[in-house]
Amino acid sequence: MKNVFGLIALVGLALTLVPSILVFTGSMTNAMHKWLMTLGMLLWFGGAMGYRRPERNVGG
Amino acid sequence: MLAKWTKRLEDVQEYEKTPVPASKWKSWGSFLGMYAGEHTAGTEFVIGPLFVAHGVGALELILGLFFGNLLAVLSWAFLTAPIATRERITLYYKLEQICGSHLTTVYNLVNALMFCFLAGSMIAVSATAVGIPFNLPMAELSDWLPNSVSWIVIVLIVGAVTTVVAMLGYDQVSRFANLAAPWLPLVFIAAAIAVLPELGVHSVGEFWSVAKTKIWTGVPLAGQSQFTMWHVLFFSWFCNMAMHIGMADLSVLRYAKSWTAGFASAGGMYVGHYFAWLASGILYAVFLQISNNSLEFAPGPIAYYAAGLAGAVCVIIAGWTTANPTIYRAGLAVQAVLPKSRTWKVTLIVGAVTTLAACFPALVMRLLDFVALYGLLLMPMGAIIFIDYWVFPKIGLQSNLAAFRNIRWNWAAGLTWFLTLGTCLAINQFLGIEIFFLGLPGWFVAVLLYIVLNFLIQRNRPAVA
Repeated sequence: MKNVFGLIALVGLALTLVPSILVFTGSMTNAMHKWLMTLGMLLWFGGAMGYRRPERNVGG
Repeated sequence: MLAKWTKRLEDVQEYEKTPVPASKWKSWGSFLGMYAGEHTAGTEFVIGPLFVAHGVGALELILGLFFGNLLAVLSWAFLTAPIATRERITLYYKLEQICGSHLTTVYNLVNALMFCFLAGSMIAVSATAVGIPFNLPMAELSDWLPNSVSWIVIVLIVGAVTTVVAMLGYDQVSRFANLAAPWLPLVFIAAAIAVLPELGVHSVGEFWSVAKTKIWTGVPLAGQSQFTMWHVLFFSWFCNMAMHIGMADLSVLRYAKSWTAGFASAGGMYVGHYFAWLASGILYAVFLQISNNSLEFAPGPIAYYAAGLAGAVCVIIAGWTTANPTIYRAGLAVQAVLPKSRTWKVTLIVGAVTTLAACFPALVMRLLDFVALYGLLLMPMGAIIFIDYWVFPKIGLQSNLAAFRNIRWNWAAGLTWFLTLGTCLAINQFLGIEIFFLGLPGWFVAVLLYIVLNFLIQRNRPAVA
């Protein structure tokens, strides 16, 4: 389960950065880029919180 | 629920008067996240644009930031961290041993006030983003007072949330900063990349020529002074002078397993004070282009324009991750004055003062002057600690004089502090040296004064057998 959360977090980071590069190359609109960044934000915080939770319990 | 929260707050133990035990030491990775989070912050949305406004050239900026940040990292690693990991006590307890309780009280109050203002400015930056859905009227560069009731209400809400997190202690601050740290700089960079076509950059090869002609042009905006590479270098070195040369981060790095954790500050310097400053400068250049050089200065709407909701949330969190540890540090400063009070109660009071200060936009608009002043004010005490710890044992002078003689006011330290600041003021007034450059000569003045004054004070009463 931890790996799934980690993967979700990484996808979140990718959705934060990659769309801006596509806007730069003219392959994506600004509006789509902003929506994907918002989705990336949600995935990052959701995934990162899930990924770190077991580690916190073990560490006390 | 209330009982659970109360117990949690009562359990917060920050080792104010005792060395941090080995079981609580943290690896360098913990500090990497904290520094990266703390220095990819709300201030970056203000400082990056300032370099644009002051007409820094593109090459001057690249070189100045590289070397200035390098000097800052080396200051943390070689000045602050070695003492922090040997003593493992707070800055305030260390000052008490050297300066005496009364002088430390004066220092702590000045320090806490400075921290409150710094955290307040970051709460104000966050509030510019929170206010977007409410069409909040934004302040202009010349504004000092709040311009609407809605502004005050939003600042109060942001300040309350920030204070509650800070009340829960260092672990909570560190955890939150770590969580946000990888995401924050990516938002800065992504937002900047996405707006580059609006400046006329459509390929990587076009960036440098646009950077020189449309972003960092080498020509200041009307009414702004001209910045050179030396301004950038010294500003990036000294903007956190209170933390490294001033030794405020003794309180944070005392949790480090090794002094090499000081190098973790590179995470903050080269991510936050390099790429984030460049990125926010690009965003500001776009804002100036679309607004016909408007005087309005609101990081929230600028980030929202470039990155949508994620940009606005980035500004909120970026302000928050600066305000949190700063309120925490201010709480430690006040607690050193009121040692019997609980950490969380002191932090609550500090948070209230901070939130009140955040209502005034002047804190954001005059941020550069304030940051330079606050570093300079606290720097002499860092020089005193450095010399007291490393040099005094080698030249036969007593370290920790106040603790040794059981005195409450060490005149050598007090006079060093006041005379150093007086000298810096004189250099500024009579030689016309700007405040950004005063830290370097000031440090040597403090070192010289502290050694000479101690020779005079300890001469008649030799402390070392």
